[in-house]
Amino acid sequence: MENLVIDEGPNTQTFISHSDYRSVMSSLAETHHPLAGDDPLSSNSSSKSFRNSSFTEDSFLEPPAYADVVFSPFTEKPISGNGNSSQPTQHLSNSSSEFITIIVSNPQKEQEISNSLVPGGNTYVTYLITTRTNMADYGSSDFSGSAEFSVRRRFRDVVTLADRLADSYRGFLIPPRPDKNVVESQVMQKQEFVEQRRLALEKYLTKLASHPVIKKSEELRVFLQVQGKLPLPSTTDMASRMLDGAVKLPKQLFGESVSAITAQEAVQPAKGGRDLLRIFKELKQSVANDWGGSKPPVVEEDKEFMEKKEKLRDLEQQLSAASQQAEGLVKAQQDIGETMGELGLAFIKLAKFETEEAVYNSQRTRAADAKRVATAAVKASRFYREANAQTVKHLDTLHEYLGLMQAVHTAFADRSNALLTVQTLLSELSSLRSRVEKLEAASSKIFGGDKTRNKKMEELKETIRVTEEAKDCAIKEYERIKENNRNELERLDRERQNDFHNMLKGFVINQVGYAEKIANVWTKVAEETSEYAKDSI
Amino acid sequence: MLAKQRSLSGSGLSPRSPSSSQPFLSVSVTDPVKLGNGVQAYISYRVITKTNLPEYRGQEKIVIRRYSDFVWLRDRLAEKFKGIFIPPLPEKSAVEKFRFSAEFIELRRQALDTYVNRVASHPQLQQSEDLRSFLQDDEETMERARSQDGGIFKKKPADLMQIFKDVQSKVSDVVLGKEKPLEEADPEYEKMKRYVFELEDHLAEAQKQAFRLVKRHRELGQALSDFGKAVKLLGDSEGNQLGKAFSDFGSQSEMLSFKLQKEAQDLLMNFEEPLKDYVRAVQSIKATMTDRANAFRQQCELAETAKLREINLEKLIVMRSDKVPEVEIECKELKAESEEATRRFEVIVRLMNEELVRFQEQKTIDMGVTFHDFAKGQAQLANDIANAWRSLLPKLEACSP
Repeated sequence: MENLVIDEGPNTQTFISHSDYRSVMSSLAETHHPLAGDDPLSSNSSSKSFRNSSFTEDSFLEPPAYADVVFSPFTEKPISGNGNSSQPTQHLSNSSSEFITIIVSNPQKEQEISNSLVPGGNTYVTYLITTRTNMADYGSSDFSGSAEFSVRRRFRDVVTLADRLADSYRGFLIPPRPDKNVVESQVMQKQEFVEQRRLALEKYLTKLASHPVIKKSEELRVFLQVQGKLPLPSTTDMASRMLDGAVKLPKQLFGESVSAITAQEAVQPAKGGRDLLRIFKELKQSVANDWGGSKPPVVEEDKEFMEKKEKLRDLEQQLSAASQQAEGLVKAQQDIGETMGELGLAFIKLAKFETEEAVYNSQRTRAADAKRVATAAVKASRFYREANAQTVKHLDTLHEYLGLMQAVHTAFADRSNALLTVQTLLSELSSLRSRVEKLEAASSKIFGGDKTRNKKMEELKETIRVTEEAKDCAIKEYERIKENNRNELERLDRERQNDFHNMLKGFVINQVGYAEKIANVWTKVAEETSEYAKDSI
Repeated sequence: MLAKQRSLSGSGLSPRSPSSSQPFLSVSVTDPVKLGNGVQAYISYRVITKTNLPEYRGQEKIVIRRYSDFVWLRDRLAEKFKGIFIPPLPEKSAVEKFRFSAEFIELRRQALDTYVNRVASHPQLQQSEDLRSFLQDDEETMERARSQDGGIFKKKPADLMQIFKDVQSKVSDVVLGKEKPLEEADPEYEKMKRYVFELEDHLAEAQKQAFRLVKRHRELGQALSDFGKAVKLLGDSEGNQLGKAFSDFGSQSEMLSFKLQKEAQDLLMNFEEPLKDYVRAVQSIKATMTDRANAFRQQCELAETAKLREINLEKLIVMRSDKVPEVEIECKELKAESEEATRRFEVIVRLMNEELVRFQEQKTIDMGVTFHDFAKGQAQLANDIANAWRSLLPKLEACSP
């Protein structure tokens, strides 16, 4: 659309009201944007304007009438991180003024120095991650009690972080990390992609920092604060895992190494570990659960949990549909705004033409009328666009919660895996015990005992003891995960209710405000053309 | 006679009191009915005439007419009233499927009603005999008249003569090296011609956007309906207060969807259609411009021919030829024809100037009404939207978690 000069009002593209923004963010640290530096990759103008536009949207509105009271800038929600996205978790932590803000910026190309045959090696992108916080664990560098620090990380590090969190926080609803993109390296380095990823990373880390439990995790702290190479164990790929496991397997099968899992191992899930035999046993157990005649020794009995699970399955379905329709709504609003603008433009041209070529006064009158309509149409078009920009943010809540359902599935999977471990161990124990019984029965028939059988029995009893320990741990772990599930689901419900409520409210207020503005614009034109009204003949 | 004609679907002369001494002629096109089968199916309309004019037989007459009858009337008027901007007819629809949709039928009915009323309220056109035939003749007479006037073969003998002479003069033009088509050298008229052509472009663009706007309203309505339904379902699975809020939200969303569809319909009838009508009117002016150009050419050619004959006559007189009396008569006839052609041309010029003033004034009123209704409609819609969403706020406040 051409930039049309309208008689009244400021040019919205550059109008920024810092006061509005500051008062809202007073409880948070001032977020400064390190985009001022030279970015070889990122497009300065686009990311800057993105931030500017969020300011503009907040403060352009001079709400009339009713909207005066109720209409307030979108960023009234306290957000850690930059002010342009709504997070599913909105609580600043319970400790009143604790905060943490994370900014991801300054993507740079780096080269992997490898000794491979391919000269030049891999290039990849790193991002500057700047954290500002007053949380105790991070230490503080100035008298305000807050610290600020930066590290450089690549996406692979983020994957590692996510994996380690998944290991440590079983049963929790861990915010899903941004997708790995399997695209060619050409695309990887395109500005648009890098910018998208930068944004996604920022959102992700901010969400992690908003989770009441995870924000305190050592893994996160280390990721955010420790310079140089990320000191978290990386997830070795399946191949080397399989290789390690394959080496152990024969020994396990032939009884040369201890084939019982220890208490320590019992606390970790079987999948992703190196113990192939354990994986195999648990698989056998899960098949027995599904197809076996007898009921497994321990089952998921929590009715409440089962109901909850059902409900969440429904919720996910509804969310998916709502999310889709929300996108449709946003598009329709955008389209009508665009067309309204083009209509205005067409009438402006018509009016200009008639004015220039006017021979009769009737033409001048008509041109003036057309101009009124055109001006109103252009204004209305602008309002549609602005309203829509807000709508996108509000309805984003739906998309966010849909994404969170993934985390729910993971949390439930943690639970069922832990249960499976327990069941497997119980089955194991029962089979070990029956072997001991058999041996006892057999050796009791021999007078004086059976040296080899006794030795075997001792070994088995030892195995039983270790396995008992493991079982106890596994049960504890299972209970722990169940408890995590319960707490997290409760938190999910609470926060979801809150966020959905805010979403509706925000959406509605936004619609009301802009509809009022649009109505005013057209009412004015109707008044100005009232001489043509049919009833006035 | 009424000086100004308001709105598109107004009636002809003042229809207030049939029994008053004020002359009036009021026509309405109503009641579309589909007749016939298959490919030959068509729509017939009821045309109701109420009048106290003496030229009409009776105070009220109802006849059945179809689209091609209206075309017949338009063609006759175009032929007899050169220089007048004949009110435009709605287009024939090319798309078969659309031809019988309720929307299309109503749009066409409205446009035909407007057309007839414009004819009936035009100071010259309303005198037309053909109008009277159209409004009064029974259906069989109408059908005969319609089938007689078959397309390009409706030229009368005099016209055929003219065509022959045109060809003749063209040949002489070529021979004499005068190949350029004859055009008026009037700068003001040139300006007016350019204006008309450019105006059409601007209007066409405006109409295109108006049509798109109709579509956008429909799409937004659909999107709101779909979204509302999805939100309702979401609320069902939430239960409790929040669920109720979602449910109310969904209901409002669906309600607004209706309002948007309705506005889309209004826009189609009362915003896009008038713009289309405006474009048609400009095209009608272009047709008159063509008539004027033809008349100008004829005038020039006949004048030329008459002059040549005069010169010939003088030669013959000098030669004392016995063809003189014959040629004398020819000269007289040609002179008369030339004067007639000049007169015809001048009538067209005069009429066009009057029509142009009338046209501009009428269009200002028409567009004024259109703009006003458009603004009103949009304001109403926006207010409805604001009210609908606003009504949810107290409920949302109440169920604050």
